[in-house]
Parts: sequence; C-alpha cells; structure tokens
Amino acid sequence: MVVEVNRFKCGYCGACVGVCPVGALELMETWIEVDDSCTRCGVCAKICPVGALEVKKK
Amino acid sequence: MKDRYDVIVVGAGPGGSITAKTCAEGGLDVLLIEKRQEIGDPVRCAEGVGKDALLKHIEPDNKWIAAEVKGSMLIAPDGTEIKMSEDASSNMKVGYVLERKIFDRTLAQKAAMAGAEVMVKTRATGLLRSNGMVTGINAMYMGETHEIKADIVIGADGIESKVGRWGGIDTSLKPGDIETGVQFLVSNIDPGEYNKFYLGEKYAPGGYQWIFPKGEHTANVGLGILGSKSGNVRAISLLHRFLEINMPQAKIVEMVVGGVPVSGPIKQTVTNGLILVGDAARQSDPLTGGGITNAMDAGKMAGEVCIKAKERGDYSVKTLKEYEDGWRATIGKEISRSLKVKNLFIRLSDEQLNQLAHSLDGVDARTMELPKFLAVLFRKNPKLLWELRSLY
Repeated sequence: MVVEVNRFKCGYCGACVGVCPVGALELMETWIEVDDSCTRCGVCAKICPVGALEVKKK
Repeated sequence: MKDRYDVIVVGAGPGGSITAKTCAEGGLDVLLIEKRQEIGDPVRCAEGVGKDALLKHIEPDNKWIAAEVKGSMLIAPDGTEIKMSEDASSNMKVGYVLERKIFDRTLAQKAAMAGAEVMVKTRATGLLRSNGMVTGINAMYMGETHEIKADIVIGADGIESKVGRWGGIDTSLKPGDIETGVQFLVSNIDPGEYNKFYLGEKYAPGGYQWIFPKGEHTANVGLGILGSKSGNVRAISLLHRFLEINMPQAKIVEMVVGGVPVSGPIKQTVTNGLILVGDAARQSDPLTGGGITNAMDAGKMAGEVCIKAKERGDYSVKTLKEYEDGWRATIGKEISRSLKVKNLFIRLSDEQLNQLAHSLDGVDARTMELPKFLAVLFRKNPKLLWELRSLY
C-alpha cells in the first residue's frame, strides 16, 4: 500500500475517493481502502479535511 | 432481494430516495440500496436548506426540522454584516436547518411506502453489462456477493461515486473542484436567527465559514476550504482556531467531515442504462455548496425519465438523455452561474471582499435572494466584478 490511512483520524467522508484520478480509493462503511492502481499522486492527502492520509515513499 | 428489478438506485441520500420514490409511484419495480447500515448517518452536511425549494418535494415535519432561520447573514473579513434572503413582508422564516439523520431516513421510508424495496448495509461493487448497456450491478450484502439485474441503474452514490466511473463517465474531481470541510455541532452558544456566512481568506481560503442554528443553544459551526488551498492548512485546524477565538465557550458535541463538489456541471451524466443523480453527478451549487434540493429535483426528473423509458422499452441514451437535457435546462443553469461567480470570488482578496461589503452601505439587501443580491453587487462594483458581465 502506498497511501496510508490513519484510521484514528479518518472521518470516512469519502472526499479522497472523489478526487482520486484513477479510482484507487474506495469508501467502505467506515474505512477507506486503497488498491494497487494508486499512482502516489498525493491529491487525496492534500484535500483530506483532517489530514488522515499520508503518501508513503515505498 | 430479487435477482431483477426495473430500476436499481445506488445510494439512499435525498437524490436516491426521491428517484426511487418517483419510480415506485410510477409502477416500476425498484431496489434502493445503501452501503451504510444506517441511512443518513454519518452526516456530511451543514443541513441548511431553503423552504420553498424543499417544500416542492415534501410536507414539513418537525421530526426532521432542527431549526428555522429568518435569512442569511454575510460577514465580511472586517466584520461588516449584510443581511439577505429574508421575507420582510410577512416576517416568515425562509429556511430550515435539517436533522439529516431523520430527514434522509424519512425520505427512504417514503420510497419504501411507495413500493420500493430498500436494502441497507449493501454496497455496489461493480456494474453488469451486456451489448453496450449497463444491465445491473454486483452488490455485496453482509460479505456475500450478488448479481442483480436491472434495466436502469441510478448512481446516487455521492461525492465518492464509483457508479459513473464504472460506466465510463469521468467524475473525478480536481483539487479546485472540491470544498473540503469540517463541522462541529456545538452547544452552550447563542445560535441567533440567521444562517451566518463568514467570508475571506482569514476564515476559510477559497470557501467560507458558517454558523447554522440547530435549535436552543446549539449550532452547526463549520468551514470548507477549496481543495487546491488545502494541504499546508487543514479545514480542521482552521475550525479549531475559529472556535477558540470567536466562540471560546462553545462545547463540541458532534463532529462532521465531508467534501462538496464545486466543479459545476460535468459533461455527461447518462449512458446506456445508467443515470447519475445529486453529488454523484456533481450537481451541488459551486457557490453555496448546497446540494440537497438540487439532488431532489434531479431525482424527480430521473425517476420520471425511468418511467418513460419503461413505457418505451428503451433504456439507451436516446431516452435517458431527456434527463440530461431536463436538469441542465433547470438546476443546471443556476449551477453554471454559480460556478462563474465562485471562480471570481475565490480570487478576491479580503480587502476586495471588504470593499464589496462597503459598496452596499445604504442598500437594504434584506429581502434579496442570492441572484438579485449578486446583480446589485455587480451594478455597484462593475470594475471589480467585470468578469461577470455576461450574467448581469
């Protein structure tokens, strides 16, 4: 996984899913899942209202 | 759950539920699915709505009305206050602040009473296709997967919509196309009688900060910032700062987070066997962020087109395009205007916003609705707002 979601911060609002250019994110009921298509562009981390996402350097 | 319906609606927010209700009332066999176990929860909304626009769809009910408001109050960066959208003649309250948890569930119940089947904790995981048509969905309920067929699938799956993308419609939002927001329900404050909007970089870069009355001693206090301005600053830290400075006595009793599409109309909202509604179709207002009644209007139109499609036995774009044309000719016009105004306003400095506020000295804006208000503002400030000349 290249985007790490801090579940203790995440409010599962789905904003990150809406901005992902490749559709790599998915909002389940109360958590975000990231799949292999993630390109580490970082848009999700940028727009998260609470700063719950972090792009990992691999 | 059956393995086939006329229409499957993905997402039981206001847009999805009105679509399902409209279809069911027209005699269609409808399934409405919601991935959460509770409809309407968690809330991702400031819950303000205009009475007139809402009451086209539903009779008012105190179960889901948290508060009524007299109008709106804009607060410029230097503190100048401007009241607008009031009904001064009758002194009637013009807006509601909703209890979305109850409101959304009530709408889903209305869809159910009209004949729709409702399933919660049920998530769409993909689309079924055949001969260039969307023909149903893959769904997961309690960890088990199901194939469910339908003539039309409605994507009313919100900001995080996947249904459109699966259908080949690019709904991804750029950072400048989303407001990223945080809100606290706070107690121990005087909420006042107006929905308050604090404008300016100092409060919310590329967005605004709001206080919406939610009943006695209670209000939704939140802010949204433009996604392109988020990163180094976060909505949540700006909101904490606002509360510390302006409402130190406020006690937080609930937290809400969410994103609002402010992209304006997207190019395509239907494809063969598929319709997008509400936030999934990016139909929220780019200036105000309001999306409830637009989604309900769109849902009604979508439902009516589904009924027509069934009568004709044609579920292709040829028939579904009537929805596309319908919403663009109505709510779409306002959304496009709002986009132009938003694109200008996000570039104004706090000083320029103050200047705009002062230009209204001596103007009684109280009874003006937003379009009229903006027209007056343009007349008073043609130079600063020249970019909007095609609108006024």
